[in-house]
Amino acid sequence: MHVFETLRGRTRLRLRATPGDLAFEGLSTFIALAVVGLLVLITVILYLAAAESIRTYGLGFLSGSVWDSVSQRFGAAPFIYGMLVTSALALLLGVPVSLGIAIFLSELSPAWLRIPLTFIVELLAAVPSVVYGLWGIFILGPAMRVYIEPGVQAVLGFLPLFQGHPIGSDVFTAGVILAIMIIPTISAVSREALLAVPDSQREAALSLGATRWETTRLGVLRYARAGIFGAAILGLGRAVGETMAVTMTIGNRAAFFGSLFEPGQTIASQIASRWLDAVPPLELGALIQLGLVLMLVSLFINLFARLMVGRFLRVGEGAE
Amino acid sequence: MEKLQRGRPGRSRLLIVVAVLLIAVALIAVAVYAGWLFPSNSPKAKIALNGAGATFPCPLITAWSSEYVNVTRAPTTPGPQVTVNYNCVGSGAGITQITSKTVDFAGTDAPLKPSERAGAPNLLHIPETIGAVTASYNVVEFSTGIKLSGYTLAEIFRGTITQWNSPNISADNTGITLPARSIQVVHRSDSSGTTFVFTSYLHLANPWWNASLVGKAINWPVGIGAQGNAGVAGKIQTTPDAIGYVELAYTVQNNMKVAQIKNHDGQWVAPTLATTAAAAAALASPPSPGGDWANVSILDQPGSTSYPIATLTYLLVYKELNVLTTLNQTKAQALVDFLWWAVHGGQDLSEALSYPKLAAGLVTLDEGAIRSITFNGQTLHS
Repeated sequence: MHVFETLRGRTRLRLRATPGDLAFEGLSTFIALAVVGLLVLITVILYLAAAESIRTYGLGFLSGSVWDSVSQRFGAAPFIYGMLVTSALALLLGVPVSLGIAIFLSELSPAWLRIPLTFIVELLAAVPSVVYGLWGIFILGPAMRVYIEPGVQAVLGFLPLFQGHPIGSDVFTAGVILAIMIIPTISAVSREALLAVPDSQREAALSLGATRWETTRLGVLRYARAGIFGAAILGLGRAVGETMAVTMTIGNRAAFFGSLFEPGQTIASQIASRWLDAVPPLELGALIQLGLVLMLVSLFINLFARLMVGRFLRVGEGAE
Repeated sequence: MEKLQRGRPGRSRLLIVVAVLLIAVALIAVAVYAGWLFPSNSPKAKIALNGAGATFPCPLITAWSSEYVNVTRAPTTPGPQVTVNYNCVGSGAGITQITSKTVDFAGTDAPLKPSERAGAPNLLHIPETIGAVTASYNVVEFSTGIKLSGYTLAEIFRGTITQWNSPNISADNTGITLPARSIQVVHRSDSSGTTFVFTSYLHLANPWWNASLVGKAINWPVGIGAQGNAGVAGKIQTTPDAIGYVELAYTVQNNMKVAQIKNHDGQWVAPTLATTAAAAAALASPPSPGGDWANVSILDQPGSTSYPIATLTYLLVYKELNVLTTLNQTKAQALVDFLWWAVHGGQDLSEALSYPKLAAGLVTLDEGAIRSITFNGQTLHS
């Protein structure tokens, strides 16, 4: 890090700026700023396109519980609820698995297995979401209905969360699909966090007589917790905005649900289901306002993740 | 610096390779465009017509499109070679596009509402085929053709009949053992003409199903949603004890079990091409093509063989084609010729794709409509 800094400083000092350099600098500055401009532009245009709906509903849009194209009443609450529940479910199922993968890859795996395994886990991230959706419809959905959901119900059926008739196209299936989809993100970033933990941490724990698990738990996981947290938030960011796979598995019901075995709808899946035929200005406006809500939520989640990961990087640097 | 200098010969070689590739690509593109590589057999001019709209007639219009290229390519057919592009984006999107004049024609399952007519005056409704919506189910014990009245169907989709062995169902199906399992309702999650037709029928058949539950996308009391006819068909087939509504063509292609529905005359009728055509033939005194079609319906038509959940599906075309900036005299002529072909020769393709042929009365109606189309005031088909 330091070497690179000084080297860059020296190059700057010594080289005279040629016209080509200046042009390149100008161009790259322009492109970098254009991205920011684009984000602002998208927000403004979405806001304008949603104007009719924003004027009609204002903040009440967020708490409205009905989406009725016939009587032209639109509210976002069931979709915000659906998004929160599926994302929470995805984190609940995905984080422990991802963490297990990360720990195995950074602490336990033999060297020859590490690279192929890392590669395969990251390959999961490259599978297009519509493929996950198809798999969800034809393989996971029926499997959930026949085996997994009745199984869960047999154990936890006394909870209201797991009551009703398992149908396989429900919030639970969508949550499981999302969990699988966010595993590569979370495991890759938390593996980086674990690898950044200096060996002195491990050696110190071992020298105090800690077992391997105690070393990992006290020496490594605690040290890397900010990074792991950031990884989970990045996964959450993906889960919140995931559209295709959720639309294909969640059952598309625009209402609140009490049980995970009922169909629901998220913000993204509602937009995907309805935009094609949405009647302007009010219904289309309401859909775009949904989009704005989703964008804001994603923005906050990403900002939060940035802050957490940034903190973890600084901690890592300080330890060197 | 040293590295840069050593890199130079390599870089210029790379530049040469890139330049040669670019030139080759450009040459091939020119050759293909000019027809040197794949010479077409006919020296005819080529024309493309663009349409968009309903997904329901999509397979039929796609088949028309590929057949019509062959028809017009033949040296014996006068006029240019015509390619018809039809974008299956849904009835609503089709109406939006023809209203904003970005397509030459549109397809819709639901006729224009008065408000939509006001936004796009002088659009003609040309019924091009007939559709039936089936109540399709997946219950192991039943073969195809269980009997459901419209009233019972509405109660199932309302969520008040929740078991397959409910008294309402067993009353109409004596001699069949009905399983004591709960019914899984499947409906469309997207906005669709199919939903409009089906909910319109439920509105007719059951007083509880009020007008606020009639539309292309409604607030369903119960059930899980799936995208498109194919999505609903797939969901029914993978979910035991499911029932949903699907266009006839999809149920034929997928060999699905469909219910017999009690029609206006009190007969139990299964959805077939013949019973759908019978419903359309029973349509008394349709409006003029340029008139108001909003209240036209072939739901629950009289006639002992009429299937009660049937609908006309329409092509929308401007009566005076010069309002479309995409058209000139030649293209307007080509559009009219295509429409004429679609309601005559094109109908021969219908039955193989599970669409009934247009009844003679409707063909006459369409002929009148097509004859009335003008470009700059001149009729195009006499």
